[in-house]
Amino acid sequence: MERVPLEKKVLSENDRLAAGLRSRFREHGILCLNFISSPGAGKTTLLEQTLARLPRGDRVAVLTGDVQTDNDARRLARFGFPVKQITTGGACHLDARMVERALSDWRLEGFDLLFIENVGNLVCPASYDLGEAAKIVVLSVTEGDDKPLKYPAIFFRAELLILSKIDLLPHVPFSMAAARENARRVHPEIEILEVSATAATGMDAWVGWLDARRRQVQPAAEAPVASRARSVP
Amino acid sequence: MHELSIANSILEAVRAEAARRPGVRVAKVGVRVGELSGVEPDALSFSFEALVRGSDLEPLALEVETCPRRQRCCECGCLFRVVDFNLVCPDCGSTESRCVSGDELEMVYLEIEEPQAAPAPGTGLRGAA
Ligand SMILES: Nc1nc2c(ncn2[C@@H]2O[C@H](COP(=O)(O)OP(=O)(O)O)[C@@H](O)[C@H]2O)c(=O)[nH]1
Ligand SMILES: [Mg+2]
Ligand SMILES: [Zn+2]
Repeated sequence: MERVPLEKKVLSENDRLAAGLRSRFREHGILCLNFISSPGAGKTTLLEQTLARLPRGDRVAVLTGDVQTDNDARRLARFGFPVKQITTGGACHLDARMVERALSDWRLEGFDLLFIENVGNLVCPASYDLGEAAKIVVLSVTEGDDKPLKYPAIFFRAELLILSKIDLLPHVPFSMAAARENARRVHPEIEILEVSATAATGMDAWVGWLDARRRQVQPAAEAPVASRARSVP
Repeated sequence: MHELSIANSILEAVRAEAARRPGVRVAKVGVRVGELSGVEPDALSFSFEALVRGSDLEPLALEVETCPRRQRCCECGCLFRVVDFNLVCPDCGSTESRCVSGDELEMVYLEIEEPQAAPAPGTGLRGAA
Protein backbone atom coordinates (compact mmCIF):
# COMPACT_ATOMS: atom_id res chain seq x y z
CA MET A 1 0.00 0.00 0.00
CA GLU A 2 1.39 3.35 -0.95
CA ARG A 3 0.06 6.79 -0.17
CA VAL A 4 0.31 9.22 -3.05
CA PRO A 5 -0.17 12.87 -2.18
CA LEU A 6 -2.67 14.68 -4.34
CA GLU A 7 -3.43 18.36 -4.06
CA LYS A 8 -6.50 18.79 -6.14
CA LYS A 9 -9.77 20.64 -5.65
CA VAL A 10 -12.72 18.27 -5.74
CA LEU A 11 -14.62 20.67 -8.00
CA SER A 12 -11.62 21.52 -10.16
CA GLU A 13 -13.53 20.73 -13.35
CA ASN A 14 -16.33 23.13 -12.39
CA ASP A 15 -13.73 25.70 -11.33
CA ARG A 16 -12.02 25.41 -14.71
CA LEU A 17 -15.27 26.05 -16.58
CA ALA A 18 -16.15 28.89 -14.22
CA ALA A 19 -12.75 30.50 -14.81
CA GLY A 20 -13.47 30.33 -18.53
CA LEU A 21 -16.82 32.03 -18.04
CA ARG A 22 -15.28 34.66 -15.79
CA SER A 23 -12.70 35.59 -18.39
CA ARG A 24 -15.37 35.79 -21.10
CA PHE A 25 -17.48 38.06 -18.87
CA ARG A 26 -14.45 40.24 -18.26
CA GLU A 27 -13.61 40.34 -21.94
CA HIS A 28 -17.11 41.58 -22.76
CA GLY A 29 -17.33 43.91 -19.78
CA ILE A 30 -20.22 41.97 -18.24
CA LEU A 31 -21.07 42.15 -14.55
CA CYS A 32 -22.42 38.74 -13.57
CA LEU A 33 -24.26 38.35 -10.25
CA ASN A 34 -25.29 35.02 -8.76
CA PHE A 35 -28.40 35.21 -6.50
CA ILE A 36 -28.70 32.50 -3.87
CA SER A 37 -31.40 31.93 -1.24
CA SER A 38 -33.79 29.40 0.22
CA PRO A 39 -36.87 28.72 -1.90
CA GLY A 40 -39.31 31.60 -1.63
CA ALA A 41 -36.97 34.20 -0.09
CA GLY A 42 -37.89 36.58 -2.89
CA LYS A 43 -35.19 36.35 -5.57
CA THR A 44 -37.57 36.40 -8.52
CA THR A 45 -39.66 39.23 -7.06
CA LEU A 46 -36.54 41.29 -6.39
CA LEU A 47 -35.33 40.69 -9.93
CA GLU A 48 -38.76 41.60 -11.33
CA GLN A 49 -38.75 44.89 -9.43
CA THR A 50 -35.16 45.50 -10.50
CA LEU A 51 -35.87 44.86 -14.18
CA ALA A 52 -38.91 47.13 -13.91
CA ARG A 53 -36.60 49.98 -12.89
CA LEU A 54 -34.02 49.49 -15.63
CA PRO A 55 -34.40 51.53 -18.80
CA ARG A 56 -35.68 49.66 -21.81
CA GLY A 57 -32.82 48.79 -24.08
CA ASP A 58 -30.46 48.37 -21.12
CA ARG A 59 -28.04 45.55 -21.94
CA VAL A 60 -29.29 43.12 -19.31
CA ALA A 61 -30.00 39.39 -19.41
CA VAL A 62 -31.25 36.87 -16.87
CA LEU A 63 -30.66 33.17 -16.36
CA THR A 64 -32.92 31.51 -13.86
CA GLY A 65 -32.48 28.04 -12.43
CA ASP A 66 -35.24 25.78 -11.26
CA VAL A 67 -35.47 22.09 -10.51
CA GLN A 68 -38.63 21.59 -12.57
CA THR A 69 -40.62 24.53 -13.85
CA ASP A 70 -40.12 27.61 -16.01
CA ASN A 71 -42.48 29.81 -13.98
CA ASP A 72 -39.74 32.23 -12.95
CA ALA A 73 -38.52 32.69 -16.52
CA ARG A 74 -42.06 33.55 -17.60
CA ARG A 75 -42.42 36.04 -14.76
CA LEU A 76 -39.12 37.68 -15.62
CA ALA A 77 -39.60 37.70 -19.40
CA ARG A 78 -42.47 40.21 -19.06
CA PHE A 79 -39.96 43.04 -18.73
CA GLY A 80 -38.64 42.69 -22.26
CA PHE A 81 -35.10 41.61 -21.46
CA PRO A 82 -33.69 38.28 -22.64
CA VAL A 83 -34.43 35.57 -20.06
CA LYS A 84 -33.54 31.92 -20.18
CA GLN A 85 -34.63 29.14 -17.87
CA ILE A 86 -32.17 26.48 -16.82
CA THR A 87 -34.11 23.43 -15.67
CA THR A 88 -31.74 21.27 -13.66
CA GLY A 89 -33.93 18.18 -13.71
CA GLY A 90 -33.39 17.42 -10.05
CA ALA A 91 -30.04 19.01 -9.28
CA CYS A 92 -30.23 21.35 -6.29
CA HIS A 93 -27.78 23.92 -7.70
CA LEU A 94 -26.55 25.40 -10.95
CA ASP A 95 -23.06 24.53 -12.07
CA ALA A 96 -20.72 26.24 -14.51
CA ARG A 97 -21.46 23.78 -17.29
CA MET A 98 -25.19 24.55 -17.16
CA VAL A 99 -24.46 28.27 -17.37
CA GLU A 100 -22.03 27.77 -20.23
CA ARG A 101 -24.62 25.75 -22.12
CA ALA A 102 -27.39 28.26 -21.46
CA LEU A 103 -25.21 31.08 -22.78
CA SER A 104 -24.11 29.20 -25.87
CA ASP A 105 -26.64 30.77 -28.23
CA TRP A 106 -26.48 34.28 -26.80
CA ARG A 107 -24.05 36.86 -28.14
CA LEU A 108 -22.28 38.11 -25.03
CA GLU A 109 -21.30 41.31 -26.89
CA GLY A 110 -24.91 42.38 -26.43
CA PHE A 111 -24.84 42.50 -22.62
CA ASP A 112 -23.15 44.22 -19.77
CA LEU A 113 -25.19 42.85 -16.88
CA LEU A 114 -26.14 39.22 -16.30
CA PHE A 115 -28.31 38.15 -13.38
CA ILE A 116 -28.29 34.49 -12.46
CA GLU A 117 -31.07 33.31 -10.17
CA ASN A 118 -29.79 30.09 -8.66
CA VAL A 119 -31.95 27.14 -7.61
CA GLY A 120 -33.71 27.85 -4.32
CA ASN A 121 -31.33 26.34 -1.78
CA LEU A 122 -29.16 27.98 0.84
CA VAL A 123 -26.54 25.24 0.94
CA CYS A 124 -25.62 23.55 -2.32
CA PRO A 125 -25.22 26.52 -4.69
CA ALA A 126 -22.54 27.95 -2.39
CA SER A 127 -20.06 25.33 -3.56
CA TYR A 128 -20.36 25.98 -7.28
CA ASP A 129 -18.57 28.88 -8.88
CA LEU A 130 -20.49 30.11 -11.94
CA GLY A 131 -17.91 32.66 -13.02
CA GLU A 132 -19.86 35.45 -11.30
CA ALA A 133 -18.27 38.66 -10.06
CA ALA A 134 -20.21 38.33 -6.83
CA LYS A 135 -22.60 36.05 -5.05
CA ILE A 136 -25.58 37.77 -3.47
CA VAL A 137 -27.40 35.95 -0.69
CA VAL A 138 -31.05 36.83 -0.09
CA LEU A 139 -32.46 36.09 3.35
CA SER A 140 -36.09 36.90 4.09
CA VAL A 141 -37.17 38.00 7.54
CA THR A 142 -39.56 35.05 7.75
CA GLU A 143 -36.63 32.62 7.82
CA GLY A 144 -35.07 33.56 11.14
CA ASP A 145 -32.12 35.74 12.10
CA ASP A 146 -29.89 32.76 12.99
CA LYS A 147 -29.58 31.51 9.40
CA PRO A 148 -26.08 32.93 8.86
CA LEU A 149 -24.77 30.75 11.69
CA LYS A 150 -26.67 27.69 10.49
CA TYR A 151 -25.56 28.00 6.87
CA PRO A 152 -22.24 29.85 7.14
CA ALA A 153 -20.85 28.74 3.77
CA ILE A 154 -23.03 30.98 1.63
CA PHE A 155 -22.75 33.98 3.96
CA PHE A 156 -18.97 33.54 3.99
CA ARG A 157 -18.81 33.58 0.20
CA ALA A 158 -21.41 36.23 -0.60
CA GLU A 159 -20.29 39.80 -1.14
CA LEU A 160 -23.75 41.20 -0.41
CA LEU A 161 -26.55 40.09 1.91
CA ILE A 162 -30.02 41.32 1.00
CA LEU A 163 -32.43 41.04 3.92
CA SER A 164 -35.74 40.76 2.11
CA LYS A 165 -39.46 41.11 2.89
CA ILE A 166 -38.80 43.73 5.53
CA ASP A 167 -42.45 44.83 5.19
CA LEU A 168 -43.22 41.68 7.22
CA LEU A 169 -41.01 42.67 10.16
CA PRO A 170 -43.94 43.73 12.36
CA HIS A 171 -45.41 40.23 12.03
CA VAL A 172 -42.41 37.98 12.61
CA PRO A 173 -39.93 37.48 15.45
CA PHE A 174 -36.88 38.58 13.49
CA SER A 175 -34.19 40.83 14.91
CA MET A 176 -32.50 42.91 12.24
CA ALA A 177 -29.61 43.62 14.62
CA ALA A 178 -29.10 39.92 15.35
CA ALA A 179 -29.23 39.00 11.66
CA ARG A 180 -26.62 41.63 10.84
CA GLU A 181 -24.41 40.58 13.71
CA ASN A 182 -24.65 36.90 12.83
CA ALA A 183 -23.80 37.58 9.18
CA ARG A 184 -20.78 39.66 10.26
CA ARG A 185 -19.59 36.96 12.65
CA VAL A 186 -19.32 34.68 9.65
CA HIS A 187 -18.12 37.32 7.20
CA PRO A 188 -17.05 40.65 8.74
CA GLU A 189 -16.78 42.44 5.38
CA ILE A 190 -20.17 41.41 3.99
CA GLU A 191 -22.29 44.29 2.73
CA ILE A 192 -25.91 44.33 3.90
CA LEU A 193 -29.03 45.90 2.42
CA GLU A 194 -32.61 45.78 3.68
CA VAL A 195 -35.29 45.53 1.03
CA SER A 196 -38.96 44.93 0.53
CA ALA A 197 -39.56 44.24 -3.13
CA THR A 198 -43.33 44.33 -2.77
CA ALA A 199 -43.46 47.58 -0.76
CA ALA A 200 -40.54 49.02 -2.77
CA THR A 201 -38.60 49.85 0.40
CA GLY A 202 -34.83 49.92 0.09
CA MET A 203 -34.99 49.49 -3.67
CA ASP A 204 -33.14 52.75 -4.30
CA ALA A 205 -30.22 51.62 -2.16
CA TRP A 206 -30.13 48.27 -3.96
CA VAL A 207 -30.26 49.86 -7.41
CA GLY A 208 -27.54 52.24 -6.22
CA TRP A 209 -25.38 49.30 -5.18
CA LEU A 210 -25.96 47.74 -8.58
CA ASP A 211 -25.10 50.94 -10.47
CA ALA A 212 -21.92 51.41 -8.46
CA ARG A 213 -20.92 47.82 -9.15
CA ARG A 214 -21.66 48.22 -12.86
CA ARG A 215 -19.46 51.31 -13.07
CA GLN A 216 -16.55 49.28 -11.70
CA VAL A 217 -16.69 46.94 -14.68
CA GLN A 218 -14.53 48.32 -17.42
CA PRO A 219 -14.89 47.31 -21.02
CA ALA A 220 -12.24 44.84 -22.08
CA ALA A 221 -10.08 47.27 -24.04
CA GLU A 222 -9.23 49.38 -20.98
CA ALA A 223 -9.31 46.63 -18.40
CA PRO A 224 -5.90 45.92 -16.93
CA VAL A 225 -5.16 42.22 -16.56
CA ALA A 226 -4.98 42.60 -12.80
CA SER A 227 -8.59 43.76 -12.41
CA ARG A 228 -9.70 40.32 -11.41
CA ALA A 229 -13.07 39.79 -9.79
CA ARG A 230 -12.86 39.17 -6.08
CA SER A 231 -12.27 35.52 -5.40
CA VAL A 232 -12.72 33.51 -2.25
CA PRO A 233 -9.39 33.30 -0.39
CA MET B 1 -28.07 17.23 -1.13
CA HIS B 2 -25.20 18.26 -3.37
CA GLU B 3 -22.99 15.80 -1.49
CA LEU B 4 -24.04 13.27 -4.11
CA SER B 5 -22.61 15.37 -6.91
CA ILE B 6 -19.54 16.13 -4.80
CA ALA B 7 -19.05 12.39 -4.20
CA ASN B 8 -19.44 11.82 -7.91
CA SER B 9 -16.77 14.41 -8.67
CA ILE B 10 -14.43 12.60 -6.28
CA LEU B 11 -15.06 9.28 -8.02
CA GLU B 12 -14.42 10.84 -11.42
CA ALA B 13 -11.15 12.28 -10.20
CA VAL B 14 -10.15 8.91 -8.70
CA ARG B 15 -10.90 7.23 -12.03
CA ALA B 16 -8.79 9.78 -13.86
CA GLU B 17 -5.89 9.27 -11.44
CA ALA B 18 -6.22 5.49 -11.66
CA ALA B 19 -6.13 5.65 -15.45
CA ARG B 20 -2.73 7.31 -15.25
CA ARG B 21 -1.38 4.41 -13.18
CA PRO B 22 -2.22 1.27 -15.12
CA GLY B 23 -2.52 -1.90 -13.08
CA VAL B 24 -2.82 -0.28 -9.66
CA ARG B 25 -5.97 -0.34 -7.60
CA VAL B 26 -7.01 2.68 -5.58
CA ALA B 27 -7.98 1.51 -2.10
CA LYS B 28 -8.70 4.81 -0.42
CA VAL B 29 -9.04 8.48 -1.17
CA GLY B 30 -8.44 11.20 1.41
CA VAL B 31 -10.48 14.37 1.24
CA ARG B 32 -10.24 17.57 3.25
CA VAL B 33 -13.51 19.34 3.98
CA GLY B 34 -13.47 22.78 5.55
CA GLU B 35 -16.18 23.74 8.02
CA LEU B 36 -17.10 26.67 5.76
CA SER B 37 -17.24 24.56 2.62
CA GLY B 38 -20.95 23.89 2.91
CA VAL B 39 -20.31 20.17 2.61
CA GLU B 40 -21.59 17.88 5.35
CA PRO B 41 -18.98 15.14 6.01
CA ASP B 42 -21.57 12.53 7.03
CA ALA B 43 -23.73 13.16 4.00
CA LEU B 44 -20.63 13.01 1.82
CA SER B 45 -19.55 9.63 3.24
CA PHE B 46 -23.07 8.30 2.86
CA SER B 47 -23.31 9.42 -0.78
CA PHE B 48 -19.82 8.15 -1.51
CA GLU B 49 -20.59 4.67 -0.17
CA ALA B 50 -23.83 4.52 -2.12
CA LEU B 51 -22.05 5.39 -5.37
CA VAL B 52 -19.11 3.02 -4.82
CA ARG B 53 -21.30 0.03 -3.99
CA GLY B 54 -21.52 -2.18 -7.06
CA SER B 55 -19.27 0.11 -9.12
CA ASP B 56 -15.92 -0.63 -10.78
CA LEU B 57 -14.18 1.15 -7.88
CA GLU B 58 -15.53 -1.08 -5.09
CA PRO B 59 -14.18 -1.43 -2.38
CA LEU B 60 -12.86 2.11 -2.46
CA ALA B 61 -12.79 3.81 0.92
CA LEU B 62 -13.10 7.49 1.77
CA GLU B 63 -11.40 9.32 4.60
CA VAL B 64 -12.76 12.76 5.38
CA GLU B 65 -10.59 15.13 7.33
CA THR B 66 -12.55 18.13 8.55
CA CYS B 67 -10.71 21.39 8.62
CA PRO B 68 -11.56 24.18 11.07
CA ARG B 69 -11.60 27.85 10.20
CA ARG B 70 -8.32 29.59 10.92
CA GLN B 71 -7.65 33.31 10.85
CA ARG B 72 -4.42 35.30 10.70
CA CYS B 73 -4.50 38.34 12.98
CA CYS B 74 -3.81 41.58 11.09
CA GLU B 75 -2.32 43.20 14.21
CA CYS B 76 -0.01 40.61 15.77
CA GLY B 77 0.18 38.09 12.96
CA CYS B 78 -0.74 35.06 15.04
CA LEU B 79 -2.74 32.22 13.59
CA PHE B 80 -5.79 31.16 15.54
CA ARG B 81 -8.59 28.69 15.27
CA VAL B 82 -12.10 30.10 15.22
CA VAL B 83 -14.42 28.52 17.75
CA ASP B 84 -18.09 29.43 17.84
CA PHE B 85 -17.58 32.17 15.22
CA ASN B 86 -15.40 34.16 17.60
CA LEU B 87 -13.13 36.26 15.40
CA VAL B 88 -11.32 38.08 18.22
CA CYS B 89 -7.59 37.38 18.29
CA PRO B 90 -6.80 35.36 21.45
CA ASP B 91 -3.33 36.91 21.70
CA CYS B 92 -3.90 40.64 21.26
CA GLY B 93 -7.67 41.06 21.21
CA SER B 94 -7.76 42.59 17.75
CA THR B 95 -10.91 42.08 15.71
CA GLU B 96 -9.07 42.50 12.42
CA SER B 97 -8.06 39.20 10.90
CA ARG B 98 -8.08 37.38 7.61
CA CYS B 99 -9.44 33.91 6.95
CA VAL B 100 -6.68 31.53 5.88
CA SER B 101 -8.43 28.17 5.94
CA GLY B 102 -11.76 26.49 6.48
CA ASP B 103 -13.40 26.63 3.07
CA GLU B 104 -11.41 23.86 1.40
CA LEU B 105 -12.86 20.94 -0.50
CA GLU B 106 -9.81 19.07 -1.71
CA MET B 107 -8.48 15.64 -2.40
CA VAL B 108 -5.29 15.16 -0.41
CA TYR B 109 -4.10 11.64 -1.09
CA LEU B 110 -4.77 8.32 -2.75
CA GLU B 111 -3.86 5.03 -1.17
CA ILE B 112 -2.94 2.64 -3.94
CA GLU B 113 -2.23 -1.06 -4.09
CA GLU B 114 0.42 -2.07 -6.51
CA PRO B 115 -0.29 -4.96 -8.85
CA GLN B 116 0.27 -8.38 -7.22
CA ALA B 117 2.27 -9.73 -10.14
CA ALA B 118 4.83 -6.95 -10.16
CA PRO B 119 6.23 -6.53 -6.67
CA ALA B 120 9.39 -4.85 -7.96
CA PRO B 121 10.86 -2.39 -5.49
CA GLY B 122 10.86 1.21 -6.53
CA THR B 123 8.30 0.81 -9.27
CA GLY B 124 8.47 4.53 -9.79
CA LEU B 125 4.80 5.28 -9.27
CA ARG B 126 5.66 8.67 -7.90
CA GLY B 127 7.93 9.32 -10.82
CA ALA B 128 5.08 8.54 -13.21
CA ALA B 129 2.84 11.09 -11.57
N1 LIG C 1 -44.45 40.41 1.90
C1 LIG C 1 -43.55 40.23 0.94
N2 LIG C 1 -43.64 39.14 0.18
C2 LIG C 1 -42.69 38.97 -0.79
C3 LIG C 1 -41.63 39.89 -1.00
N3 LIG C 1 -40.86 39.44 -2.00
C4 LIG C 1 -41.40 38.29 -2.41
N4 LIG C 1 -42.53 38.01 -1.69
C5 LIG C 1 -43.39 36.83 -1.84
O1 LIG C 1 -42.69 35.66 -1.49
C6 LIG C 1 -43.07 34.59 -2.34
C7 LIG C 1 -41.84 33.99 -3.00
O2 LIG C 1 -41.21 34.98 -3.80
P1 LIG C 1 -40.26 34.61 -5.02
O3 LIG C 1 -39.77 35.90 -5.58
O4 LIG C 1 -40.94 33.70 -5.98
O5 LIG C 1 -39.08 33.84 -4.28
P2 LIG C 1 -37.85 32.97 -4.89
O6 LIG C 1 -38.23 31.55 -4.73
O7 LIG C 1 -36.68 33.33 -4.03
O8 LIG C 1 -37.67 33.39 -6.31
C8 LIG C 1 -44.05 35.15 -3.34
O9 LIG C 1 -45.34 34.86 -2.89
C9 LIG C 1 -43.78 36.64 -3.28
O10 LIG C 1 -44.91 37.41 -3.60
C10 LIG C 1 -41.58 41.05 -0.15
O11 LIG C 1 -40.71 41.92 -0.25
N5 LIG C 1 -42.57 41.15 0.81
MG1 LIG D 1 -37.55 32.23 -8.03
ZN1 LIG E 1 -3.55 39.44 17.34
